[in-house]
Order: sequence, then structure tokens, then C-alpha cells
Amino acid sequence: MTSPDRWTDELSRARLHVVTGKGGTGKTTVAAALALALASGGRRVLLVEVEGRQGIAQVFDTAPLPYSEERIAAAPGGGEVRALAVDAEAALLEYLSMFYNLGFAGRTLRKMGAIEFATTLAPGLRDVLLTGKVKECVRRTDSGGRHVYDAVVLDAPPTGRVVKFLDVTKAMADLAKVGPIRSQSDGVVRLLHSGDTAVHLVTLLEEMPVRETLDAVTELDAADLRPGAVITNRVRPPRLPARSMTAAAGGRVDASRVRTGLAEAGLELDSDILEGLVEETVEHAIRVQAEQRARADLDAVDLPALELPELTDGADTGALYELAELLGEQGVR
Amino acid sequence: MSARARPPLLDIDKLIDDPDTRILVCCGSGGVGKTTTAAALALRAANRGRRVVVLTIDPARRLAQSLGLSELSNHPRAVDLVADDGGGELHAMMLDMRRTFDDMVLAHAGRQRAQQILSNPFYQTISSSFSGTQEYMAMEKLGQLVHDDQWDLVVVDTPPSRSALDFLDAPQRLSTVLDGKIIRMLSAPARAGGLGLKRLVGAGFGLFTKAVSTIIGGQLLADASAFVQAFDSMFGGFRERARATYELLRSPGTAFLVIAAPEPDALREASYFVDRLSGDEMPLAGLVVNRTHPVLADLPATRALAAAEDLERAGSAPLASAVLRLHADRVAVADREKRMLSRFTRAHPAVALIGVPALPSDVHDLDGLREIGHRLAGE
Repeated sequence: MTSPDRWTDELSRARLHVVTGKGGTGKTTVAAALALALASGGRRVLLVEVEGRQGIAQVFDTAPLPYSEERIAAAPGGGEVRALAVDAEAALLEYLSMFYNLGFAGRTLRKMGAIEFATTLAPGLRDVLLTGKVKECVRRTDSGGRHVYDAVVLDAPPTGRVVKFLDVTKAMADLAKVGPIRSQSDGVVRLLHSGDTAVHLVTLLEEMPVRETLDAVTELDAADLRPGAVITNRVRPPRLPARSMTAAAGGRVDASRVRTGLAEAGLELDSDILEGLVEETVEHAIRVQAEQRARADLDAVDLPALELPELTDGADTGALYELAELLGEQGVR
Repeated sequence: MSARARPPLLDIDKLIDDPDTRILVCCGSGGVGKTTTAAALALRAANRGRRVVVLTIDPARRLAQSLGLSELSNHPRAVDLVADDGGGELHAMMLDMRRTFDDMVLAHAGRQRAQQILSNPFYQTISSSFSGTQEYMAMEKLGQLVHDDQWDLVVVDTPPSRSALDFLDAPQRLSTVLDGKIIRMLSAPARAGGLGLKRLVGAGFGLFTKAVSTIIGGQLLADASAFVQAFDSMFGGFRERARATYELLRSPGTAFLVIAAPEPDALREASYFVDRLSGDEMPLAGLVVNRTHPVLADLPATRALAAAEDLERAGSAPLASAVLRLHADRVAVADREKRMLSRFTRAHPAVALIGVPALPSDVHDLDGLREIGHRLAGE
């Protein structure tokens, strides 16, 4: 963990932090930890989810979030994290009621599924509504003209879908050329393609997540969206001395040397236990080598790189603070 | 602590050897190794003498190659099994949702009408990018494979949805969209079809229509309307097929396997899925927990760590102390996995379960799939 390229000043200036990653990499946990880290020292951060999974409520172990911005955690040094689960239907209704007085009719239409229908007719509409709401939160100011949130962290769709989700320009090609949604979406496009936005990629040191990460970086570049940091999650320490690694990965572990060493520490073990230890060692070495290859592939993208360790006790709420602290140590602010 | 709940053991070989098992559905959240499990199960069943087809959805490239699949295809292809395999057959295919949809339209609409539908821009959107289409077409393809009656066993992977439940709900959602009612009301709210709704919501409806057409544009609404009119005549057949497939899933020849990894998110999804399957009276065979890390050496972590510290203090035997430390790491991981699984079992005591120990590296050939098969069978 001595990479020189950690969190940069440029990333600190971003106001919208989009967090994506392949399914199973822990992107919601990392997004929550990032929100806590950014809120440290008295700032206010909004953590947003858009996929209706209630993942934020689960990592903070609270009741499902309503469609409103609720305080969900205090951050070290007097900051706070609020959370919002954006729902496309609610966003559309909120939207329509700003321009048309729908009131009761809106609720009835919702019950009938007419809104689900409208968002289905134009698949891009759903994403435009969701990103539109996020933009509104990022840009919102109080009566004194100050931003209500110092930063917004978006727990975004997984890497396979994220560029399509963020590429509002393309989505809007389906939709009307004029009207309120069009003018709002122009604002979304400006935000997402500006230095105010960074798209962070969460990965594990495994072949598939790394490949998806690399693909996502290429796609982001092609869509003129800015990749932020690569955050490698659940990193486990290599235990074997480097000189033993290659041999062990090839199945060659000097069992008699292990036995002598164990005896020195007062452990006289049965041969089947010793065999088990050797087998565990071989598996460990194969995995570490695969991780080294994965890390080399990641290094090739030349983005700020952060790492979070595997937490043996799992990611409970207490662990989020631990992860946030580790992000802080790597320069996140 | 009270005795840890012991779940019944899931007997994979009994399941795949049973001639009454005709359909195996592998479901679960993304990233848990569903596709690999489906392929490994299919290979094992073929090796044990059955004629099997596996329907994969969006497999990783190297896994697809291991099955001899290089592109999407709408027809199963034979997989070359080595000579010593036990007499069965394995076929594999990768779902092409667009082609499946086109084929359905061609089969259900007259020639002229089919062309009208296929060239409609709205159809092109819905057949390639609506989030429910993949699920719907996976079910349609499953129905066709079963109907072909060429195989003893059909193994299906399910699409990598936002949530595991999407795959049961998406066909219904797509049905709602294709059902002409709402679109007719949107495009002609004043006519008879719209009256009921208009009475319900009053003047708001006109405003809604106006708002919707402002947002999505008049042209799209017109395309959609033309599409639905052309589609209307075949819609009954369409819905009927979706219903028949749903019934097929509930029939005794079907078994669902919920796939998970020993991670909180994946097990939470697995819990939802188990509840949902029982709510819908779908036949659940059990839970497959991929990538477990069982301890291979019976040595308590505390002893291992104490000994490692002794060695490190003495500055000797670095290999032995490394072995002890990595063993202690492994015990901690295994304990955590056991805790999570026992939480699942407390909530679902009757669900049979098998843990599949992780391979140290990724699977991308038939040998790897065969090894996963051994582990699935508890060998």
C-alpha cells in the first residue's frame, strides 16, 4: 500500500462523486464510507441511491429510506451524512407538479402504472429523471447562496450500465426537443461533464471485476466523462515471503521446513493437519499471484488508486467508520 | 451459544439424476457465479448420462469460449465432451434477446403485419433496451426449449438483474407496456377507451397527457401508438405464452436453485428470493453458496497466531510463521462465512444448502467446470 498516487486535489474539488463497480465488489459500502470520509470535519454530504435496492439503509442498518433527505449518520468532527433514495416515479411526479398542477391526479396515475408506462416508453427518461434529481441536490443553495451540500455521493448502477446511465445526452435523443425536461437535462449534461464530477470505480483484485473496471474507464473516456479514483476493496495481506511465493503457487511448499519451524514454536502437528496447512498455503499463493496480475492491470490505467482492506468481521456500521478513516488517511477530503 | 442450526444438505447428484427433473433454474444476485454454476451443473448432468441443454445469459467471454460459444446464437450447439465422459450430451446457447423477440413476432403476426412491427422505431427500442425484455425473452426461450422436447434437462441461467426478483416480475411489466390500454388512453384520451380513466382522475388526465407528450415528444407517442395497434392482434397470444411459461415454472418438473456467495448482500437477495419462490409456490431445491473458504487444517487460530508471534519474535522460520498467519486469516474468513450462513439458516431452516469451496483461480475451461461440478456434489 505505498502507491504514490492517492486522492488528488482535483478530486477534492469535485462536488459530485459517482461510485460504481461490478456487482459484488461492495460499491454501496464504499460509497457510504466515502460519504462519511468527505463529511469529516464538519461538512454536510448527501449520499444518494437510484436503483430502488435500499442498499444504503442496509449498510447503515436502518429502516428503508423514504423519498426525502434524511440524516443517516454523524461524521467525525461534527459533519453529517444525509441519505436519499431517488425513485424515478416520484421524481417525475415532483417534476410534473413543478410545471403542471397534477395533485390528486398524479397519485391516481401512479397507482395505475401510467407513470411506469411513460418511463418505459422512453427508456432514457428514467435515467434523465434520476440524474436530474441528483443535479438539483448538487446545485441547491440556501438563502445565503451557499451550497446546501458540500458534496454529493451517488451510489450509481454497476459498471456494466453506468456509462449509459450517465450519458444523458444520448438518452435525450429519444425525448422531446423542447420543454422543461430538455432544459433541465442540459444542466445535467453540463454538471456530469465538468470538473465538478468524478466517477470512482470500485473493484476487487480479481480477473472479472478488474476487466470490467478497465472497460468502464475506456467507455467513460469515450463518453467524455471523467474517471476519478480506482478504489480496490477487500484487499488481503500477502503472508508468504516473496521468495517462496512462486514455488508455493506451483504446488511446491517445503513441508519439512514448515514442520521444523512449527516444532520450534512448540507445535507438533499430525501429518494430516500439516497437509491441510500446506494445501491452504498453495491456495493462498495462487490467489496472491492472481491478485498481483490484477493489480498490474489496474496500474496500467494510471488513475489515483486507493485501497481498503478486507474486514474479517464484515461491513457493519462500525466498520464504515473504520473504512472512512482509512480513506481519510489516503487523502480523501 | 445454542447448537448451530444445521440445514439439510443439498444433494445435487440426486437432483440432476432424477429423470423427473426437467428444468433447473439458477437464480441469484449479480456477481455470485450463477452462469458458472449453471454451466457446471449442465456439464455434470451430461457426464452422468443425461441429454442437457444450458441456456446462458451474457456469460463472461472465457466461460462462453469454454463451452464453444463465440457469439450470440438462437440455437443450441453441441459442446465437445471428451471421450471418457459418461454417454450424455451437452448443448449450450447464449440468449440473443433481439432475435428471440423478432422470431416471436414473426411466429405470431401475419407476414405483412410482422414487417410493420419490426420496422417500427418503438419496437426497436423496446426489443433491444427495455430492462424487462431480456428476462421476458429468457422465459420465452426456456418455453421453446422445453417444447422442443429434444432434451432431458434444460438448465437456465437468469439475467443479471438489478435484483434477483426482476426475473419473475419483468414479463409482467413488459406485458403491461404492450397491453394497449394505457397507450390508447394517452394517444386518444377523449375517445371511449379513455372515459373510465378520465372520470377517475378528472381534468388532471388531460394535463398528464399533455405533460407526457411534452416530455417524450409527439413523434415517440405516435410511433408507440402505431406499434400497439399493430401489436394488438397478437397480444393475446403473447400474454398466453408468458402465462404458460410461468405455469411451467411452477410445475413439478422444475427445480429452482438459488445461488449466492457468503456475503451479506448476496445472502439477503437469496433470502428475498426464497421467500418469493415459496410465496408463488415455485419449487425450490435449495441454496448453492459459491466460493466458500473451508478450513483445511484442524488448528485453532489462537494457537496458530501465538506460535507465529513466537517465531517472529525469535526471528526464525519465516515460512512456518507465514503459514500460521495465513491459516489464521483463513479461519477468520471461514468463521465469518459460517456465521452468515447460520443466520440464513435460522431464517430458512428447511432450505437445503451446499457450500462450494472457492477455486484459487478463475474457471475458463471444461476441466474447471468439471471441478466445480465435483464441489457442487460435495466430492
